[in-house]
Amino acid sequence: MWPLLGVAFIALGFALRLNPLLAIAGAALASGLAAHLTPVEILSAFGKAFNENRYVSVVFLVLPVIGLLERAGLQERARTLIGRVRAATAGRLLLTYLLARQVSASLGLTALGGHPQMVRPLIAPMAEAAAERSLGQMDEKTRGHIRAHSAAADNIGLFFGEDIFIAIGSILLIRAFLANSGVAVQPLELSLWAIPTAIAAFLIHGARLLLLDRRLARGARNRAEPAP
Amino acid sequence: MITLETVYVVAGIMFAAFAVLSAKDRTNARRFGNAAFWGLLAASFLFGSHIGDLANGVLVSGLILIGGCGFLGRGQSAEIDFAQRSASAARHGNRLFVPALIIPATALLGTLLLKNATVAGAALVDPKQVTVISLALGVVIALAVAVLWLRPRAVVPLQEGRRLIDAIGWAAVLPQMLASLGAIFALAGVGRAVGTLATQYIPLDQPLVVVAVYCVGMAAFTAVMGNAFAAFPVMTAAVGLPLIVQKFGGNPAIMASIGMLSGFCGTLVTPMAANFNIVPAALLDLDRNAVIRAQLPTATLLLPVNIILMSLLVFTFGAHR
Repeated sequence: MWPLLGVAFIALGFALRLNPLLAIAGAALASGLAAHLTPVEILSAFGKAFNENRYVSVVFLVLPVIGLLERAGLQERARTLIGRVRAATAGRLLLTYLLARQVSASLGLTALGGHPQMVRPLIAPMAEAAAERSLGQMDEKTRGHIRAHSAAADNIGLFFGEDIFIAIGSILLIRAFLANSGVAVQPLELSLWAIPTAIAAFLIHGARLLLLDRRLARGARNRAEPAP
Repeated sequence: MITLETVYVVAGIMFAAFAVLSAKDRTNARRFGNAAFWGLLAASFLFGSHIGDLANGVLVSGLILIGGCGFLGRGQSAEIDFAQRSASAARHGNRLFVPALIIPATALLGTLLLKNATVAGAALVDPKQVTVISLALGVVIALAVAVLWLRPRAVVPLQEGRRLIDAIGWAAVLPQMLASLGAIFALAGVGRAVGTLATQYIPLDQPLVVVAVYCVGMAAFTAVMGNAFAAFPVMTAAVGLPLIVQKFGGNPAIMASIGMLSGFCGTLVTPMAANFNIVPAALLDLDRNAVIRAQLPTATLLLPVNIILMSLLVFTFGAHR
């Protein structure tokens, strides 16, 4: 049971809002020592895994292009464009993006989205501009709330869309693991049974996005008529 | 053949440039901290495959010390002001979207077309890494188009990239760090310990209780590990296969599919899934947990829906006896 010490460590670190890098180092050390690994073994295993996971950070390659385009006014242009659409509200825009992200991910097109390349330069400014167009100026807290929802729509669309595609990583992992345990399943079966949850996720999160519009409108009214 | 290694060299050069520009930035009181941090990351990308596990471990310790002990700072950004950007946006119009959309379009087309492409009989790209390589290719094309069109000074894209990476700060290495912690957890047997706990202390003789334990366990264990892929083998070996499938005759495809999606509910609420939850918060200039707070209600509602769906479906369609 002692290897669980690392889990407690990381949970405590996040709860106390320690710097996560230090919490991770502490957790790795705690779990490793509890499992009778030597410090050198822990350091080597950690270095090996860090090296093997470099592909996770390749996405930062987009930053110079995005930065250059932002300097040339990309975010402002995205705002202008959406500001012209009369029917646009933050909630409806994010609902559309959620649907597009979910459908494209379910076709295996998971690369059509992501936070550095899509949410920060395009979706978040568009959502803010749509809210501003329908509700007028907003405070920084409300703006932050809308930006957080832009990132959430990207994540939820991706997570509950991708498993419908038969060749995605999680389907391959499930199939390989079950095959090792002597249970044969077809990828198509796995992806078909992901559809009910995908629909539920769209209904739940979509409803929340429409409620977001109502909350934003209520907030705007309260700002317009200060309490007596 | 273009492999991941090629992409790593490009990324290494970019981080090395960030390090040099950081060192020269006199507006940042901690400029040498930034230079050392991005320099170490550059070294990891350029030389990581050749220096061995222990040296990589020492390198990572350096990143942890610099990032964890507050040696990173931010300079006065040379960002041009809103009025200038608006004027530029009006001048360039919708064509500004073209380079931005080249990146996902290339990633998409590359994934579809390059997988089996050959030059003189040899594979053009490593077929296992085709998505990551296509993304990098998209960046190179988009950058070339944007630079030829906008004609900035050569250093401008790198300065802008550095502005954005400094806004992310140490959170940039968090996804890789957490993946490494997952490897240590696996080595230390954390998964086995959790599986033992789940089966020893919870009454597992009711099919519906078992389904609930499996789904909640997937979500909780995913939240701890930051990754549903790490939780799935553990929970499925401990609860899913022996009880739902073998004891109660449930359908393994339904169990696995909805089980994995229950795990994704855990991904939505954990800072351990840094690339989905923490990095975007930094990119959007938000409180560290703001994205998690936006996702929490959806995850909280969707997990019980998953439990109900699995209860209804897994035994009804369980024709695998």
